[in-house]
Amino acid sequence: MVSILDIIGPVMVGPSSSHTAGACRLGLLARNLVGGTPQRAHVELHGSFARTGEGHGTDKAIVGGLLGFRPDDERLRTALEIAAGEGLAYTFSKTRLGEENEVHPNTVRITVERDGNTSVMTGSSLGAGRILVSEIDGFPVEVHANHHTIVLVAEDIRGSIARITTLLAEDGVNIATIRVSRRHRGGDAFMVIELDEPPGDEVRDHIKELAWVRWAVKLDRMTG
Amino acid sequence: MYSSLAIAIHDAESRGLRLSAVALEAESRDNGRSVADIRQVLGRALAVMREAVSRGAAGDLRSASGLVGGDAAKLREGPAGPLSGTPFREVLMRALAVQEVNAAMGVIVAAPTAGGAGVLPAVLTGLADARGIGDDGLIDALATAGLIGAIVAERASLSGAEGGCQAETGAAAGMAAGAAVEMLGGTPSQCGHAVALAQQGTLGLVCDPLGGLVELPCVFRNATGSAIALAAIEMALAGIEFAIPADEVIDTMGQIGREMDVRYRETAGGGLAATPTGRRLARERLYQLKKG
Repeated sequence: MVSILDIIGPVMVGPSSSHTAGACRLGLLARNLVGGTPQRAHVELHGSFARTGEGHGTDKAIVGGLLGFRPDDERLRTALEIAAGEGLAYTFSKTRLGEENEVHPNTVRITVERDGNTSVMTGSSLGAGRILVSEIDGFPVEVHANHHTIVLVAEDIRGSIARITTLLAEDGVNIATIRVSRRHRGGDAFMVIELDEPPGDEVRDHIKELAWVRWAVKLDRMTG
Repeated sequence: MYSSLAIAIHDAESRGLRLSAVALEAESRDNGRSVADIRQVLGRALAVMREAVSRGAAGDLRSASGLVGGDAAKLREGPAGPLSGTPFREVLMRALAVQEVNAAMGVIVAAPTAGGAGVLPAVLTGLADARGIGDDGLIDALATAGLIGAIVAERASLSGAEGGCQAETGAAAGMAAGAAVEMLGGTPSQCGHAVALAQQGTLGLVCDPLGGLVELPCVFRNATGSAIALAAIEMALAGIEFAIPADEVIDTMGQIGREMDVRYRETAGGGLAATPTGRRLARERLYQLKKG
């Protein structure tokens, strides 16, 4: 569902909503995965990102996002120079993540490392600053980051959804949408939970501590 | 949010409302935000738009590559043409101004995108200032523009990489035309005709920026896109109706975008980017960028 405020916005540093603002948001989400500015980042650009990214400042925008700059932060212009001072070492490469008609033209895979934790995220910039994260740490996801989002993989056991929604309720956050899927009975259950309010770090940690949760990440809302 | 302009128009007219009212209602319902809150966010966007107009009109900005900049000031101060002293010339000046700010990595509102960010502020503030319409009227107009853009996003695309420039400055022209017709007192149906009239004039428009930079022809496409919007506004307010409904014109834009060769979708592989001069300038300027 498209929001008027997605269309009349974002307020951003130019020159391209897909190559600059959307790219910055993808950098911010990758930063989310390791909980702060990564020490190392490898950025693989696909399609139009690879072909025209440099002129659009895509490199600056992704690195700026990794540094925690929002799309309207004028420091994006000099993000590449700021990175070293913030302890971020980055590398870029051009790649082909799939067939032209199967992978969105503005797609990037970002590998981030912070304090020994490594995470890999693939995401696309859909235009007008809208983004779609399609894979995290090898798990296929569908996150638009229009809400605060928790994504987790859990063993398929009775009461798992109730336990997680209770934890969220106790944290005082309201669930906007929840999608649960699994490949087969007893296989891993995959949950994407979109929230109206930002959940606390503790609630994510509590979810992660559940014995039957194999993996969980929290992603910030990027719009509004 | 609506995915059909015909349905939005029907909802508005059957209740005696304007499109902006049904758009704000739908946005409020979708996202649980109050209309006042949404209007406040749009008001901030309007303030950024106005700042970008002033910043670009000053004429001292150059883009990263140096390919564009300073042309808005020529329309502001340069020799007179047949449109001197009219809102038309003012709108063209403002479109160049905002897009020059964008190319210089300045702050703009992507509406719907950064590459097409000049059209909406130029047409809306240019016409509002000429008519003495204040910020409340402009905020309503932005809501209507957002509604139209949301419908284009849903039915077609707002990305040059997916649909060519028809999906960026073309969509912006449709949004600006529909919104301005409401702002100037037109009916929801007239808004629909304005969207169709503007969008039909940009069908097939390719995205062919030199070196892939959002500079040339993007800056000028915002001015010509604004001119198409003004033509559509004038025709729609005069009571001219376009026989193909806006939804179908938008669908056509989407279809053409899907069939458009990848060279014409922001990859700098075709169009003006692939001309001898285009290639030479891109080579020289990208070298400049790396050196700079």
